[in-house]
Amino acid sequence: MQKYQTELPAGGHWSFEARRGTQLTLCDIDGGGNAGMLFYNPRNLLERYNAPDTLKCQHTFKLTKGHCLYSDMGRIFASVIVDDHGWHDTVCGNSHASHVADRWGARDYQNDRNEWHQNGYDAFLTEFAKYGLGAADMAANINWFSKVITDAEGNMSLASNESEAGSSVTLRFEMDTLVVVHACPHPLRSDVQYPRHRIGIELGLAAPMTEDDVCLNHCDENRRGFKNNALYYLGS
Amino acid sequence: MIRESSLLVDDAVFREVVWAGDYYLGKVDAGQTFRILDLEGNQAADTLFFCADNPAERYSATDTIREQHNVYLTAGSLLRSNENRAMLEIVADTCGRHDTLGGACATESNTVRYDLEKRCMHACRDSWMLAIAEKPEYGLSKRDISHNINFFMNVPVTEDGGLSFADGISGAGKYVELKALVDVYVLISNCPQLNNPCNAYNPTPIEYLVWDA
Repeated sequence: MQKYQTELPAGGHWSFEARRGTQLTLCDIDGGGNAGMLFYNPRNLLERYNAPDTLKCQHTFKLTKGHCLYSDMGRIFASVIVDDHGWHDTVCGNSHASHVADRWGARDYQNDRNEWHQNGYDAFLTEFAKYGLGAADMAANINWFSKVITDAEGNMSLASNESEAGSSVTLRFEMDTLVVVHACPHPLRSDVQYPRHRIGIELGLAAPMTEDDVCLNHCDENRRGFKNNALYYLGS
Repeated sequence: MIRESSLLVDDAVFREVVWAGDYYLGKVDAGQTFRILDLEGNQAADTLFFCADNPAERYSATDTIREQHNVYLTAGSLLRSNENRAMLEIVADTCGRHDTLGGACATESNTVRYDLEKRCMHACRDSWMLAIAEKPEYGLSKRDISHNINFFMNVPVTEDGGLSFADGISGAGKYVELKALVDVYVLISNCPQLNNPCNAYNPTPIEYLVWDA
């Protein structure tokens, strides 16, 4: 198979192994969506997405085009090659069952069926368990399409200008990567109703990286990160 | 927020100086208060907390900053777990701001930040690795080593979404004090970083002190 297209329903979750050299495009179909995401190395699940390492080596608080998404072992899981939203959060974590219950009522499959109020934390735990992972493996995740801003005093809030319908972001995988993803609301959402937003997913083959690549040339740190990846795949 | 402590050093039930490049791992009971003292200034104390009765529940930077709607830690901050439960409270702080976005230095991230051939320079995460290897009775493993607090470190976020590593705002004798709300394991790496101007390329000792409730 060369290409696959699907859709995560609101509150849905999934996990899959993305091979090196493939790409993933996420689409905020309805606008105002959120996609929680974490990465693990399927060969060694102790190697995982590390938000602090990702932020500090690229001197950024937000994620956008040109950024690489680093593991705690100095390697690049994926690079952001397309982004028409421009600012994605990776410091706010997930909604918990208590947030959802306080704001919109508890998760209730018996009565609500597919309209239940799933939360991001439990969505990740559910996928984690399929690989022997648990709460101790929870790391700071990415919240695609959610813009979190700060003021001069460090006060942090969800920006009022939501992602537009049809916004997309494309990741090119630089390593074989276990991708865990959910379409649950961002934990700072305070809407009257439980936010219901689908996330489009398209998997396919990535064009090989060229010398003028936007992620490779973003900073010297990324050049060294790609060298670490090359070392990891030496001989393969 | 600057808030001084009324605790007297002579009343402390435990005191230990932790040299740069070393770690401290110990237990604090609910109700006890502990202080991390920057003896010579501009040091970074890379710290993790675990619930003693279930180390899979541990300090979570994301839950902590999200619930307080502020990216910096100071007096009044409640430090939350990955289950979003308050584990500790910062009850005194003479530094005024502490970082929890920048994470710890690791030999692997040093290769990216500085040079591939600096991979053998000592780093906080190696101190933690040695801690969990030397003290298996705490039941900690590499999967428990996650996103930490950098006490005394200044990592400002800019309004356009940048992150900078600014000169330290700590000085000799500044401290932060925390009260445990549950029984916690405290794991501190006193940062050995020699590549970053944040400590003027000169890592120095800290002191760890504990008071009973």
